[in-house]
Amino acid sequence: MSRTYQLTQLQTLESEAIHIIREVAAEFERPVLLFSGGKDSIVMLRLAQKAFHPARIPFPVMHVDTGHNFPEVLAFRDKRVGELGVQLVVASVQEALDRGFVQAPPDGTRNRIQTPVLLEALEKHQFSAVFGGARRDEDKARAKERVFSFRDEFGQWDPKNQRPELWNLYNGRIHLGESIRVFPLSNWTELDIWQYIAQERLELPCIYYAHERVVFERNGMLFAANEFCRPRGGEETFTAKVRYRTVGDASLTAAVLSDADTVDKVIAEVASTRITERGATRGDDKFSEAAMEDRKREGYF
Amino acid sequence: MDLLRLATAGSVDDGKSTLIGRLLYDTKSVFTDQIESVERASRDRGDDYVNLALLTDGLRAEREQGITIDVAYRYFATPRRKFIVADTPGHIQYTRNMVTGASTADLALILVDARKGLLEQSRRHAFLATLLHVPHLVLCVNKMDLVGYAEDVFERIRAEFTEFAAKLDIGDLTVIPVSALIGDNIVTRSAAMSWYEGPSLLHHLENVHVASDRNLIDVRFPVQYVIRPQSDKYRDYRGYAGQVAGGVLRAGDEVMVLPSGFSTTIASIETADGPVEEAFPMMSVTIRLTDEIDVSRGDMICRVHNTPAVTQDVDAMVCWMDDVPMRPGQRFAIKHTTRSARAMVKDLQYRLDVNSLHRDLAADHLGLNDIGRVRLRTTQPLLCDEYKRNRYTGGFVLIDESTNRTVGAGMVNEAR
Ligand SMILES: Nc1nc2c(ncn2[C@@H]2O[C@H](COP(=O)(O)OP(=O)(O)OP(=O)(O)O)[C@@H](O)[C@H]2O)c(=O)[nH]1
Ligand SMILES: [Mg+2]
Repeated sequence: MSRTYQLTQLQTLESEAIHIIREVAAEFERPVLLFSGGKDSIVMLRLAQKAFHPARIPFPVMHVDTGHNFPEVLAFRDKRVGELGVQLVVASVQEALDRGFVQAPPDGTRNRIQTPVLLEALEKHQFSAVFGGARRDEDKARAKERVFSFRDEFGQWDPKNQRPELWNLYNGRIHLGESIRVFPLSNWTELDIWQYIAQERLELPCIYYAHERVVFERNGMLFAANEFCRPRGGEETFTAKVRYRTVGDASLTAAVLSDADTVDKVIAEVASTRITERGATRGDDKFSEAAMEDRKREGYF
Repeated sequence: MDLLRLATAGSVDDGKSTLIGRLLYDTKSVFTDQIESVERASRDRGDDYVNLALLTDGLRAEREQGITIDVAYRYFATPRRKFIVADTPGHIQYTRNMVTGASTADLALILVDARKGLLEQSRRHAFLATLLHVPHLVLCVNKMDLVGYAEDVFERIRAEFTEFAAKLDIGDLTVIPVSALIGDNIVTRSAAMSWYEGPSLLHHLENVHVASDRNLIDVRFPVQYVIRPQSDKYRDYRGYAGQVAGGVLRAGDEVMVLPSGFSTTIASIETADGPVEEAFPMMSVTIRLTDEIDVSRGDMICRVHNTPAVTQDVDAMVCWMDDVPMRPGQRFAIKHTTRSARAMVKDLQYRLDVNSLHRDLAADHLGLNDIGRVRLRTTQPLLCDEYKRNRYTGGFVLIDESTNRTVGAGMVNEAR
């Protein structure tokens, strides 16, 4: 910390996020933090830990489990939750499918049917504020969303009618059944996240670093051949050195070719990449220009 | 590396989104898949050229109507600085979203269409930027390509704005002739306007001095959350968490807690990474005091001889942001620092005409997008400073208690 009393960009972002997290803890009866085991939620959980230190994080974490998981990520999730001594709530898409609450779409992907499962879990546990790790640099609809994103009783986002949000004052007032999605990482970029991971020496699931994997190519992206995602006719499998930039539904998330097997190498790679995180890795957002906006309107994170 | 937050402002179609798109594009901050998607969308719309405004106008409705509706936040960095850009809408209906974007900005880019000159909405936005006390303003006279890059057009608009600006409280003003569409004077100086001798826009953004904009004098620490671990290891721990709103705090400082007025000493300033010697604006820290006194959320820690006003009577400029007008006698919830209370509108002193800055003393309400001077009476004392001295202890929002909508943004005028 220098005598000029100026914070670096990472310090500014960290302080802003901690302020947001404390506001929610102070003003809401039942907040919950969405934790998937992905890098953004790992950073968010770290910030929550810092916000209340030396006390424990005063709210539970929740995982909306699509059932299409990378085993490394699930193992990581359980380990981290255990270390912090927080309560983990799992909302299972598989279980919702089994009891007929949601139907799997014909292509077998589970991104869209996460939304009703999430909403049901929020209602069941009466969570009124939900921390999400979304960043505004991820997508053009996310770029428009407030830090406190008001959702009606159906979990819907109305992009044309958002509450004004000034200074560091956040309006968390809601009626019964409505909720607020809170995004403490709104102003972070992918590069900020990685620099913070390096600074804090945060452990990540190993699939974020370069490793050998059997993959096949589809729509110009590399998918791991596994139980959720099998090559179709004409799609050849091969072994490549890859890593994951995002970790979502294992049937939809693509890997990128990479030699970056350390944090520093990943930072160098992210700093020079010419393609966005979602553009490089998400099969689900490619279909329509407004895919994310539409999903958010339906109650997605 | 430090961080500069900037917001665009100006009338509809003056080229704000195009300018931001150009800035991102020319600093190579746009990813290939984003530019491909914008190229595709431009082609589908039948545009003659790649519409860079689509880099920020990301909502379906925005693309359909060709206007910006809500703020888009974009991020880019040069070797000198990191930038957070808020591209705000020019349309009068969405003024509240411009206010949202400008409230945290260090710098506002006010665009004017060179063919049209200053419009009412340009004046409104310029006025709002100064009311929100954005410390640095840049007037971009845009679309210079459509007026033959003529110096006299630029000079005329500069003179007109300077005359208007003389009535406002502007700290720092820079005026730059640009073409957002073509890229003149955005990242590099334009050959088409050799008569212009100032910096390019990016050069200015990289070099403008923002470090001294924070208030380092008046110690203000709104208590946000009381940390009391329920564990054996920290049995007697009690820490007051919050974000420093002003001044520099040090361990050993004698401080006063408001509104109780008790004084005590700072025992330590802590973070999860260990204790720190000093805390300054906008650090989030936890303060421990030497005495066991009653301190809770909404209280404020300050210096004994430098305190904010403690008052239930607030005189403020209010920007109204709701379709239902504000009238004297109405009650609202008020949020100020970490304090929440209720407020009654005692009196509307005047409404401002944003064009002439004339004060309408006969006004009996503030409609959507109106700005006026208001007197409020609050159920609990607020601990506030003049907004001009400190954004974070001088700003508040009003919330409608039945709809829960944020309906007004307030800036404290004088605090006694
Ligand atoms: N010729 C010319 N056209 C421009 C220039 N800048 C913007 N335009 C055009 O002006 C129109 C409006 O541009 P936008 O960038 O959408 O304007 P805006 O200020 O963002 O509008 P709102 O956000 O709706 O207030 C578009 O057709 C642009 O292509 C310029 O420098 N020269
Ligand atoms: Mg625009």
